[in-house]
Amino acid sequence: MAHQTHTAGAAPLSPTPAHPMTFGQLFNRVGMLPVLILMYVAFYFLTRYLSDDGTSNFMTTGNTMNILRQTSINLVLACGMTFVILTAGIDLSVGSILAVSAVLGMLTSLPGHLAALALPVFLLSGLGMGLINGVMVAGFKINPFVVTLGTMTALRGAAYLFADGTTVLNRDIPSFEWLGNSNFMGVPWLIWVAMGVVLVSWFILRQTVLGLHIYAVGGNPQAARLTGIKVGAVLLFVYAINGLFSGIAGAMSASRLYGANGNWGTGYELDAIAAVVLGGTSLMGGVGSVWGTVIGALIIGVMNNGLTIIGLSSFWQYVAKGVVIVLAVMLDKWRQQQATTN
Amino acid sequence: MGEIVLEMERISKRFGATRALDNVALQVRSHEVLALMGENGAGKSTLMKVLSGVYQPDAGEIRLLGQPVKLNAPADARAVGINLIYQELAVAPHMTVAQNVFMGSEPRGRFGRVDLTTMRTRTNEVLQQLGARFDADTLAGSLGIADQQQVEIARSLIHQSRVLIMDEPTAALSDRETERLFGVIRRLRDDGIAIVYISHRMAEMTELADRVAVMRDGGYVGTLLKAEAAPERVIQMMVGRPLDDFYQRRETTAKGPVRLAVRNVVSPKINDASFHVCAGEVLGLAGLVGAGRTELARIIFGADPKASGDILVDGKAVNIKEPLDAMRLGIGYLPEDRKGQGLFLQLSALANTTMSVLGKHSRMGLLNHKALRKLTEDAIKQLSVKVPGPDGIVGGLSGGNQQKLLLARWLAIKPRVLILDEPTRGVDVGAKSEIYRIINQLAASGVAVVVISSELPEVIGICDRVVVMREGHITGEVAGDAINQETIMTYATLATAPAALAA
Repeated sequence: MAHQTHTAGAAPLSPTPAHPMTFGQLFNRVGMLPVLILMYVAFYFLTRYLSDDGTSNFMTTGNTMNILRQTSINLVLACGMTFVILTAGIDLSVGSILAVSAVLGMLTSLPGHLAALALPVFLLSGLGMGLINGVMVAGFKINPFVVTLGTMTALRGAAYLFADGTTVLNRDIPSFEWLGNSNFMGVPWLIWVAMGVVLVSWFILRQTVLGLHIYAVGGNPQAARLTGIKVGAVLLFVYAINGLFSGIAGAMSASRLYGANGNWGTGYELDAIAAVVLGGTSLMGGVGSVWGTVIGALIIGVMNNGLTIIGLSSFWQYVAKGVVIVLAVMLDKWRQQQATTN
Repeated sequence: MGEIVLEMERISKRFGATRALDNVALQVRSHEVLALMGENGAGKSTLMKVLSGVYQPDAGEIRLLGQPVKLNAPADARAVGINLIYQELAVAPHMTVAQNVFMGSEPRGRFGRVDLTTMRTRTNEVLQQLGARFDADTLAGSLGIADQQQVEIARSLIHQSRVLIMDEPTAALSDRETERLFGVIRRLRDDGIAIVYISHRMAEMTELADRVAVMRDGGYVGTLLKAEAAPERVIQMMVGRPLDDFYQRRETTAKGPVRLAVRNVVSPKINDASFHVCAGEVLGLAGLVGAGRTELARIIFGADPKASGDILVDGKAVNIKEPLDAMRLGIGYLPEDRKGQGLFLQLSALANTTMSVLGKHSRMGLLNHKALRKLTEDAIKQLSVKVPGPDGIVGGLSGGNQQKLLLARWLAIKPRVLILDEPTRGVDVGAKSEIYRIINQLAASGVAVVVISSELPEVIGICDRVVVMREGHITGEVAGDAINQETIMTYATLATAPAALAA
C-alpha cells in the first residue's frame, strides 16, 4: 500500500503518487512472488548444471505438476492456518487432526463398514476436532498455543489408538480413490481440491462480512468487540474451518496412499505455519492474505522438489528449508519497514 | 533568560513523497520552557525525533553549545544530554521504579553484579528532586499515569540532562496531576535544564511557556515571547487563518423527549448513578480523570456489566448485555483510547469506517463493495479527512484524521444516542473545530449526544447541560448560563451539600 505518513497539510487525495514507484513500493505490492519465481528459475539452472547430460526436466509440465501435487496437502492446511493466524492465534494440532481423520476415514472404508460414508467421515471428524479447539479458545478463553499444544498431543495419541498401532490399509476405496489418484482435465484432483480450498478461503476473507470481521478481531480484539463484532463466534469459526480443512487434507493423504496410521502428518503444522509466514501474514494478526499463503506454500514446494532432484540429502534439505524461512521473513520485515516509511 | 544550548538550522526531512520538515530552525535556551505548538501533522513530533536521534535529517545542522553534533541514534542524543519523553509511556510494570530508571544503564558493582545500593540511592535522590510521592522500591505498575511519567522524567535526569523534550505530557493527566507536573517542570527549568514542551492546549502554553515556537505543515512559522503570545495570535499562526467562534456554541433549540435515561446504576466503580439525556441535546459528562465517567459510558454501551440499576431508551427499560445490543438500539460509543479500543490500525479507511454497518451493506453475508466504497468516500469528503483514499491504511494518519474516521464509523450507524469519550484528545485545532461542528449537526438532527471531556472550556463551549461526577458519584448538574468553570470544578473536586445528603 502506498500510504502517506502524517501530513495533515500536504497529503494528496489521490492514491497514485506523482513520482514513479520506488523498488520498495513495488516489492511491497507483489510480496514474495519474485522470490518464488527466482527460486523456480534458479533450480532449473542448478538441476541442469548438476545433471550428467546438461539437460533438466525441472521446468517440464510433468515436474511442475509434481510440485503442485506435492504442495497441495500443505496448501490446504496452510489456508486453514491463515484464518487462525489472521486472528493472532495459532493451531499446532492440524497434523494430528489430519492423522485422526485419515485413520477414521480409512476405518469407515473397510469391508463391513459404511464405505460410502468415508468422505463425510474425513470432513466431519476434522470439523469436530476444530470445533473442540474453537470452543476452548473462544469459550473458555484459553491461550490458543496452549489449547492446540494439548490437542496436538492428545489427538496424536487418539490416532494411534484408533489405528490400533498399525497402518489401516485398503486398496478398495471406490468412494474416494479419485481424490488422490486420478485427473480431471489433465490435472490431478489433489490440485483441483487445493485450488478450491484457496478460492473458498479467498472468497470468505475478501468478499464476506465474516472475512472483514476476522481481520478486525486479529487487528484489535477490543475495538472489534466495541464495534459490535461477536469475537467469540469469529474465533470459533476460524478454528472450525481449520479443522475442516485438516479433515480434507486427511482425506487427500489417505486416498493418495491407500492407507493411514497414527504417524500420518507429523510436523505438518510447522510446514503450514511456515507457508503462512512466508506469505507475509503477520503472527500478530490482522495482516495477510491467502494469496500470500499460496506463494509461501509454493516456495516450500519448489524447494522440496528442487533439492530432491539435485540429490541433496534430506538432512541438508531440513537445514536449507530452515535457513530460507528465516531469510524470507527477514526480507519481509525489511519490506514492511519500506512500507511504513514510504 | 539563559544561554543558547541547542540550535537547529535548515532541518529538512522527507518520507517518500511527503515533505515532513522543510527548512526548520529552532533555538533552545537553558533556564526556559519553549512551547512548540502546531496542529497534528505540522511536524512537531518529527522535528523532536530528529533532535533525539530517532530520525536523521536529509539536510541541516544541529549545534549543541555551538558545536555541530551528529545524532545517528537515540543513544547519541542521550549521551550529549538530550532526552525525549514520549506521549505513550514505556515503563516496565513488573519492575521497581529504580530498575525502570536505570534500565539499560545499570550501575556495575564487583564481579559485574548490578550495584543495587547505588541504584536505589541515586533514584531516591532524583525522586526527591522531583517531589515524587513514591520511592525507588515501588513497583512501577502500581503507579498512576502521572507518577509513571515522573519515572520517565527521573530516567532522563539520572544522566546529565541538558535538554528535556516532552511530547504532550498532560494528554492523560487530570487537572490536579497537570498542576503537579507543571511544578516539576518549573523546578527543572530553574535548575537550568532547557525544556521543549509540545502541546495542543492553549491554557498550558500561557501558563508554562517562556517562549512559543509555532510550526505549520512541516515548516517553521515563528517564535513569540511570552508577552506576545496571546492565544488568538498563536492559533492564527498555527492554522494560518483567524479562528472565529471556535466552539460554535449553537442556539439552544427546543429539546425533544427524554431519549436515554440511566437509573440507579451500580457497579464496582459506579455508585448509584442516575441521569438522562434528551433528543437534540448535548449533555456534558464532566469530572476528573478516574471519576467514573468512562466506566458509566461503558456500562450503558454494554461493554462492562452492571451490578444493578436500569437503562431506559425512549422510556422503555432495555437489557443491554453486549455492545451489539446497544448498537441495535441506536446507541454508539466512541472510546477514549482511539488506538487501543477504537481503530484497526493495519486496516484501510474503508474497513475502519464501515466495520459497524457491514451487515447493512451485504446480502447473505456477501459484502457490497460498491456501497461500502461510496459510504467511505462520502464520509471522507463530508468530514474532510486527509487520507489517500478508501484503501489508505489508518495507522499512518495523524490523530485528527484517525479520530474523524472513527467518528464516521459511528455516524454510519445513524445513532439515536451517541456517547463521545474525549472526542478531541490528541486532535489538532482544525479537526477539533470540525468535530464540534459535527456534534452540533448531530444534536440539531435530533440525536442525543453525551460528551465526556476533561477539557473544561470544551465542556462549557459545546454542552447544553453538564452532569458532573466525582469518585463514582454524580455530584451535580448545571445547565444554561450556570455552566462555568468554577461550578463544575466545585462539583468535581469537593463534597457538596446535596451529595453529602445523598450519601
